[in-house]
Amino acid sequence: MKLMKSMLVFIIVAVIAASNAHFTAAQDKPFEGVTVELLTFTGPQVAEPLQRRAPDFAELTGAKVNITTVPNSDLYQTMLTDLATGTNSYDAFLFAPQWIVDFAVPGYIEDLTPYVENDSALEWDDIAPFFRDFSATFEGKVYSIPLDGDFHMVYYRSDVLAAAGLEPPRTWDDYLAVAAALNGTDMNGDGEGDYGSCISKARSQQSYWWIISIAAPYIQSKGTSQGAFFNTDNMEPLVNNPGFIRALEVYKETNKYGPPNELTANVGDTRSLFITGRCALTLDWGDIGSLAVDPEQSVVQDKVGSIVTPGSTEVLDWETGELVACDETTCPYAIDGVNYAPFASFGGWAGSVNAASDQKVKDAAYAFFSYMSQPAQANEDVTIGRTGYNPYRISQFENLDRWLENGFSEAAAIDYLGAIEASLNNPNMVLDLRIPQNQRYEQVSLDLVLSQFLAGEFNAEEAAQEIYDRWDEITEELGRDDQLNAYRATIGAE
Amino acid sequence: MNAEQASNTLDARALQTTYRRLRSRLSQWVDRSPRIMFLLPAILIVLFLSVFPLIASIYLSFSRIRLVRGGYEITFVRYLNYRKLLKGTEERHFLGKYAEPSDFWKAVFVLLVIFAAYFVVYRFLKHLRHNRFNLIFIGITLLFSIGLAWLIPTTLTGQLLPGTLEIRELMGKYGNPPSLWRTTIFWSSIGLAAYYVIVQWINHAPINIFGFAFRVATVGFAATLLWLALITLNDDGLPGTLIVTFIFVFIGIFFQYTIGLGLALLVTQNLPGRRFFRVIFLLPMMITPIGIGFLFRMLTDTLNGPFSSIWRAAGWADFSWVNTPFGARAAIIIGDTWQWTPFAFIILLAALEGTSQDTIEAALVDGANRLQLFRYIILPQIIPVSTTVVLIRLIEGFKIIDMPQALTYGAPGTASESVTLQIYNSWRALDLGGSAALAYLLLVVSTFVAVVYVTIIRRSLLERFQ
Repeated sequence: MKLMKSMLVFIIVAVIAASNAHFTAAQDKPFEGVTVELLTFTGPQVAEPLQRRAPDFAELTGAKVNITTVPNSDLYQTMLTDLATGTNSYDAFLFAPQWIVDFAVPGYIEDLTPYVENDSALEWDDIAPFFRDFSATFEGKVYSIPLDGDFHMVYYRSDVLAAAGLEPPRTWDDYLAVAAALNGTDMNGDGEGDYGSCISKARSQQSYWWIISIAAPYIQSKGTSQGAFFNTDNMEPLVNNPGFIRALEVYKETNKYGPPNELTANVGDTRSLFITGRCALTLDWGDIGSLAVDPEQSVVQDKVGSIVTPGSTEVLDWETGELVACDETTCPYAIDGVNYAPFASFGGWAGSVNAASDQKVKDAAYAFFSYMSQPAQANEDVTIGRTGYNPYRISQFENLDRWLENGFSEAAAIDYLGAIEASLNNPNMVLDLRIPQNQRYEQVSLDLVLSQFLAGEFNAEEAAQEIYDRWDEITEELGRDDQLNAYRATIGAE
Repeated sequence: MNAEQASNTLDARALQTTYRRLRSRLSQWVDRSPRIMFLLPAILIVLFLSVFPLIASIYLSFSRIRLVRGGYEITFVRYLNYRKLLKGTEERHFLGKYAEPSDFWKAVFVLLVIFAAYFVVYRFLKHLRHNRFNLIFIGITLLFSIGLAWLIPTTLTGQLLPGTLEIRELMGKYGNPPSLWRTTIFWSSIGLAAYYVIVQWINHAPINIFGFAFRVATVGFAATLLWLALITLNDDGLPGTLIVTFIFVFIGIFFQYTIGLGLALLVTQNLPGRRFFRVIFLLPMMITPIGIGFLFRMLTDTLNGPFSSIWRAAGWADFSWVNTPFGARAAIIIGDTWQWTPFAFIILLAALEGTSQDTIEAALVDGANRLQLFRYIILPQIIPVSTTVVLIRLIEGFKIIDMPQALTYGAPGTASESVTLQIYNSWRALDLGGSAALAYLLLVVSTFVAVVYVTIIRRSLLERFQ
């Protein structure tokens, strides 16, 4: 009966929504008196635009959106315990779309397909296919609305590199060479030496993804469906091999050219170091591009270049387990002999709706995410550095006006968007893990071992073995065949 | 009245008597029992509240919990959670990375174990008359306990002395100790116990097999912990959270006690402003520990903290001392000491003010100097309180979490992570069974340390000074 009733309500709402496509902008406020409890992570980035636009949304629709934030390392557990125990204190979540599998399979989050189909204001087709597919869709159904597009990129100080006669790095070895050459150079004119490379390496933050960006070009060379995490034959973790060990060594060597507190720096710290002119190179998501043009914080306007994450001239031969030089057969997608593997790390923040909330609240929650993602709002937010949102809509790449309005020079905008597009269109792009409980593989195990490795508690071989053991243990616990099938399905392995 | 009737009357009378007797019994019982009647529900509730969680969490530590729709699902996995901690993927995190210590430290270890065996086991037998037979017995006992104390840690950690390397290879990296070793340990403990009983019986001495076993086990356990510290705290090794917690507890308490005693002695002197300082010294204890963690995090930040300009002026701009393993541990010990010295201070102050003035004056009249006065007059009077202060801090200290969590997040790596922080982290990662198992191991260790402290160290300190 209850199901029938809720279905009936749903159909009525869907019909209303369909008959009045711009329902969020309707004259009368459709969600008067509705309160949506939204959970996301303690920014300030990412939560900022939600907090800023919630009053506008309330003005427009009458729905009040309360935003609760928890530390990044608590977000998954808070969501899971709230949903699984039926507490349901939250109606909407802005979270990592790679976790969708853990919430969609038990039916905790709402299938948003019918909502999206009846919402022309969202301009769903304008969202780049990758984000529509990877961030939003699971097993053919839409479960989340992307608000952010995420890729790792390398940023460099174009003025400093030019002055030193250096080219932007093409490989990770180049990266180390440039960092070494520029470390100690004064880059902000205060007379003190600055740093060659700044990478945030704090534990329990968002640092555990960098190593995948560094390791990917050594491991994955034969296209996205080859995968960079596990052997697609037997789910053996691809970490205990010369490619990953080389990546660990590169990662550790960047310590030498970084600030002394790099091991406890979070992304906010390294971003502020970079835009205050204290670093020559940094590895980050798309955020620095828009932060660097913010006149309030940045001293490096038009002095920043962005490139696809560096590649490698050697790749792992999966058969022999050795590193081999790149040629036409080993690296079919290589550019000038360098194998690039840009990493769609994390996938970008995306919004989902609690399936157990009242229909009216679900509608309001969906409407809020739709409002946030509609080009009118989103295309402005992605150009503002402090939002933490990066471009994910085709119109955001094609239309430079918004970028120019918000302080980008034309050259900077073309350079920045070009780097993201190059990553997005690379056939050897690396997809982040989407298998069940991927949070344990990455946020729990990988994060811990990397922090121990960087602190010198393990050498590279020991760290690789440690990650291998921990990942294998999780796979064993969850069922090797199930995990293997899930993994193969998520990367599209034949 | 026929015979039948008579017997009926008798029966009725007997019945009545029984009834009367029963009633008086009942009334007596009711008179006596309200105490129980009223207390029992309360006791049951208390038992339920305190014992049920204990049993439930023991069960959890042998299970794996998964959140599923509508709640959670508990699977009994036997000892897997414990194996993961002691011989699995969490071994390095909890116990540390092992490396063979230098010969010097091995020698120190052997000497300490001999000392412990002498102190703990031999002194237990000191009532024995020193005839030749007993000397042989004592020698054998000491040898046995040293051997046992040696065997347990080395088999547990798989780190043996050179010359026994082939046995280590025999055992494999994560394999169980071979049956040879387990059998040796088992039979030598049985043999030792039997020997003890026989010899005590021949000598007409009291037999306390539990006390004897406890003492031998104490030496074995202490030797295990010591050996673990030696093989992890060297250049190639890496201490796990257990040893790091021991470092926090013992070094922290040492400083808290000595500084607290020093301050208390100062405040009892007739110095100007002592009332003011008495209040000031107490303040740190009143602040939330997590707040102190953040305060020290700010103070120790050499890049943006208040001392950064001094630090840069000294030419150390590219060096951050809290980002080194021992620097981070030192920072936590400093913060912890700052917070808990007042606790030792206030209790020792009360003890010092309660010392009898007569004996002090008498000693001064007899010409005792300040050192002698402290050693022979004051110290014996404050020893009971001192040992209690240390005991309370010992129990509290093992639970340290706020300081490492706020000050360093356990960084660099896991160098400053305490066991409780590890429990919290694995609980936060939804590994509820694993965190329960870890919490039980911590309970075992801290209970053991507290019991040994009370029964052996505290008692002998009191005997020595009183």
